[in-house]
Parts: sequence; structure tokens; C-alpha cells
Amino acid sequence: MTSRWRDLGLAGLGLVLLLLVPVFGAPPAIRDFIMFGMAYGLLAMSLNLLIGYTGLVSFGHAMFFAAGAYAFGLAMQSGKFSIPAAFVLAIGFTALMALIVGAICVRLNEIYFAFLTLAFQMLFYNIILGWVSFTGGDQGLMGGIPRPKFLGIDLADRTQLYVFCSVAFVVCIAILRQVVTSPFGYTLRMIRDNQERAAFLGINVTMVKLACFVISACIAGVGGILLTLFVSGAYPNFGFWTTSGEAIFMILLGGSNVFLGPLAGTVILRLLNDITVSYTSHTELVLGIVILVLVLGLRKGPLDLLAERWENRRQAAAQAIRDAADKDAAKGGS
Amino acid sequence: MDLDALLRCVGTTSCVVTQLTSGMIIGMLLFLIASGVTLIFGVLNVINFAHGSLYMIGAYAAWTFYQLTGSYFVSALGAAVAVGVLGVLFERALMSKVYGSNVLMQLLVCYAVVLISDDLIKIIWGPVPLSMGMPPEFRLPPIRFMGGVIPPFYLFMILAAMAIGLLLWLVIVRTRFGSIVRAAAINGPMVSALGIRVNLYYAAVFGIGSALAGAAGALAAPVRSLTPGMGFSILIESFIVTVIGGMGSIVGAFVASIIIGLTRSFGSIGFPLFVDGVMFLIMALVLIFKPSGLFGRAHR
Repeated sequence: MTSRWRDLGLAGLGLVLLLLVPVFGAPPAIRDFIMFGMAYGLLAMSLNLLIGYTGLVSFGHAMFFAAGAYAFGLAMQSGKFSIPAAFVLAIGFTALMALIVGAICVRLNEIYFAFLTLAFQMLFYNIILGWVSFTGGDQGLMGGIPRPKFLGIDLADRTQLYVFCSVAFVVCIAILRQVVTSPFGYTLRMIRDNQERAAFLGINVTMVKLACFVISACIAGVGGILLTLFVSGAYPNFGFWTTSGEAIFMILLGGSNVFLGPLAGTVILRLLNDITVSYTSHTELVLGIVILVLVLGLRKGPLDLLAERWENRRQAAAQAIRDAADKDAAKGGS
Repeated sequence: MDLDALLRCVGTTSCVVTQLTSGMIIGMLLFLIASGVTLIFGVLNVINFAHGSLYMIGAYAAWTFYQLTGSYFVSALGAAVAVGVLGVLFERALMSKVYGSNVLMQLLVCYAVVLISDDLIKIIWGPVPLSMGMPPEFRLPPIRFMGGVIPPFYLFMILAAMAIGLLLWLVIVRTRFGSIVRAAAINGPMVSALGIRVNLYYAAVFGIGSALAGAAGALAAPVRSLTPGMGFSILIESFIVTVIGGMGSIVGAFVASIIIGLTRSFGSIGFPLFVDGVMFLIMALVLIFKPSGLFGRAHR
């Protein structure tokens, strides 16, 4: 219970920090960086619920990112919905899609799962490209996303949009935290570590995986909605396979064993991207080499490695203290 | 949706012949790629997500060899061999390092290779689509058959792919090499314990699978435009083929490739917007009713 209050407190603190950024009049570039980071951060964080906590390596997570973005954008462009209604609608659509894809995929073994999610993502991407009259094809949703006022909030205003996105972002992270610290979250870890044992204990593995898949997709959908609000449009590359690959890369960079690791990975990748872009147009080449070095050299994410070192050192220190105590006790006894 | 057009087409032999051949060339390209994927998976138990890149490199290599030598046959053979060698290097230097790791690491290595090769292609050959044009060997009058028209190159492509497939099957089923590979697929450590250097066989299998992708690229070069990233869409289709046919089964890959090829060619007349959807529907049905695929063995 206390850890729950601590988590909520930290979430509140995070929100305050995010909100302080515009108060101190940060340049727009930094605010934009944070907004992109929040959208992609939700993508990476939600994907880690699948990869890091459940052992479901999805290579098609960006399809839910794009689903949220397009559903929200199309609902707003239709002019029939307020922003909250479109928000709920978009998440509902994403959840439905995740339910269908998940129902087919979660029963399969690891390798099948990875490439079937990839295949479904390409199906969704091709639908977006092909259905020009509805989605705008490769041009994306053009003409901007209308942002009518609701409850006195005007998202056309940059600062208010920033506040809205920050709140939505922190709420999503808090939800994810709740999920991984709940009994459900421990069930996920058990499935990751030993699926058969989980099944023997009476857990309906398929249903739990499906539920996790849908929750994770919904959070990714929120990420897509935030991005749509921010760039005032939705583009097919939101759902292209490279976006999924990037999300996996973010998890690698940040570490899958630390809760906020993927978020750190998002920041690192975006910085890495911005830096390479300013030196060379061959970002893909650079990113590919970085991935190879990390995977083959370190065998895990750099932050995971740091966390592991730290944990080892702490244990060694604890052991030293215990040894010293034992020695003292032995001396006292003699 | 234009099912009338499809019915009209099925009513005339000329249209049926034309669509059959175009379906078969799609299918045979898929077969060459999918049989590489399925072979590598069957023996090494890894999915090569970078297989599409090998196909792309094969096509570009064939283009370059063709510019240099002017002979299509030499360039096709050269492309297949070059990509095969590249595959062995890829396996030894990168993939073999992550065999024991989880799928995530394998996926990341392949993702990195796809990114790097796409960018290298852009650096070496430029981002503009290239086209090879029909080689002079095949600038012959089209073959007329039952009112339909078949370009000679299409016929060559289909026969060449079938011959390669048959050869592969014979090698796997009839030779000593093939029986060691099949044994390694079932129990690698045991084969290794019998004094066979199983790592070499793994590399060879990876090389053969890669050479198949290279050959597919070379066969596709005269009829497709070469673009960086051309490998990815065909990779997805070859995954669908392997799922339908059954992972690890070459016969399954053959049958499923033809199913998908014909679905594509006839579907583009009857339901052009839903071709992808129908392919996925077939795959979903197979997964629901026979998860191991049409010809696949049940999973270990």
C-alpha cells in the first residue's frame, strides 16, 4: 500500500516537473522534443508491458499507435465528436483491433507471434495506403485536425495542449505502473518466466496474455492520439514497421527490466536521431550499427547493464555488512 | 469489388492463361524466398527477418553484374552466389552470436541488418528506382497458348524456380549432406556429438537459404523495379506463405506460394482492394484450423 502512495506521489512529482517546463519559458524546441518524447514514450512503455513483463515479443506494436492516431483524427475531422468523445472512441477502436489481432496471435509460440504481429501491422499499413478516399493514402490525414474547445480547454493553444498531453501521459504511465505492480502484473511475469507452471496453477494463460495485449495496445493508442494532436495530422509511417522497430530499439536502449527504462530509451533514441541527422543523412546506417554494437557487444541495453551493476554492488555491500556482523558475533561468542 | 470482371475472366481461356502465368511468377518468386526462410527456420530455429534484404541485394547485384557482363545468365548465377556468400558471412558474424538468446535479440540483429542494407543500397546504387530491362536473351516473340500470351521470360522464371526447388528438395532428401542437415534440424547437439562439425552445416544452410533469396532477386530484376526497401513487402508475403505451408516444409512452401500467387493475380481483377485481406484471411483460417500449417509437423 505504501509503495502505491509512493508511486502516485512520484507520478504527481513527474507531472509537476513536466508542467514547470513551460512556466520557465523553455524554448519551443524543447517543448516539442518533450511532446514527441511523450507520444513515442507511451509507445515504448506500452510495448515493454508485452516484451519485458510478459515475454511477448511483438514486432507490430506501431499498428495500434497508428490506429489510435487515425481513429482520433478521422473522428475529429468528421466534426461529430468532441475531443473527449473522440478520445474514448479512438481507444475503443484500438482495443477492438487489439482484441481481434490478439485473439489470433497470443496462442502462438514466440517466433510465430513476432512475425504475425508484424504481418498484421503491414496489413493495416496497406489498408491505410490503399483506402485513399478515407485515410488520404500516403499523404496522410491532411487539412489539420480540428480542435474545438471543451470544458473551457482550448487545445489549439500550444500551452494548453502541452498541459493536456502531460496529464494524459502521466495518467497512462501511472496506469501502467498500477498494472505491473498488481497481482495481474505478477501473473504476467510468471507467464514470461514459466508458462507451463502458470497454466498448472490454474491461470488461463491465453486470456491473461490477451488482456495484457489489449491494455498495452490502448496505451499505445493514447500515444498515437497525443502525436495526432501535436502534429495536427496522422501519417501512414506512424504504422510502418520501422516505427515498431524503433520502439523495440527504445526498449533495448533504455532497458526492459527497469520500469521507466523504455522512457529513457525514447529520450536517448530521439537525441541520437537528432544528433546523427545533423551530421549525416544516413541515420539508418548509424542506428543499425549502434544496434549491432549493443546487441552483440553488451548483449543487453546499457541501462539494464548499469542497473545490474548497481544491484550487484548493493548485494556485495550488504554481504560485506553481514560478514562483518558475523565476525563480530563470532568474536563476542569466543 | 468487381466480381463480374473476375467471372468474365474465368470465362475466357486467354484471360485465364495470362492470369495463371502472372500468378505463377508471383508464386515462384515467393517460393524461392519462402523456401529459404523455411529451410533456415527448420534447421536453425531462427526466423531471418532480414531475408527480404538478401532478395533486394540479389536484385541489385544482378543489375550490376548485368551492366558489367551483359549476360543475364552469368549475372543471375553471380548474384545467387554472391548473396549466398554474404549469407554465410551474416550467419557467422552476426546471427550465430544470438542463436541461444531470446527472440528479441535475433529480431534486433535482423532489424539492424535491414536498416544498414537499405542505407548501403542507397549509398551504392542511389535512392532512385533502377530497372534492368528485358535481357536480349529473352527478347523473343511471346508464346501464344490457348489464346493467351506468355512472355518467354515468364516461362523461364517459372521453370528456373521449379528446377531450383526440385534440386533443393533432392539435396535435402537424397544426399548425405541433406540427411545430416535433417538430423541437425531435429537434434543439433547429438549430430555434433557424432563428430560432425554442425556449425559448418548451419552456415551452409544459411548460405543456401540466402542464395535462394539472391536467385529470386536476380529472377525478379528484369520484371520489377529495384528500390531500396523492395525486400520488405515480399518478406511479409513469404511469411504468410510459410505459415500457410507449415514452418520447415519445402513442399508446403511450394503449394502455399502457388495459392498466394494465384490469389494475387486473380484477386487483382476481382477484388483489388481486398487482395491483402484475402491473403490474411487464408492465413488466419489455416492458423485456426491447422496451426502447424498445411504440410507442417506439429511443433516441438
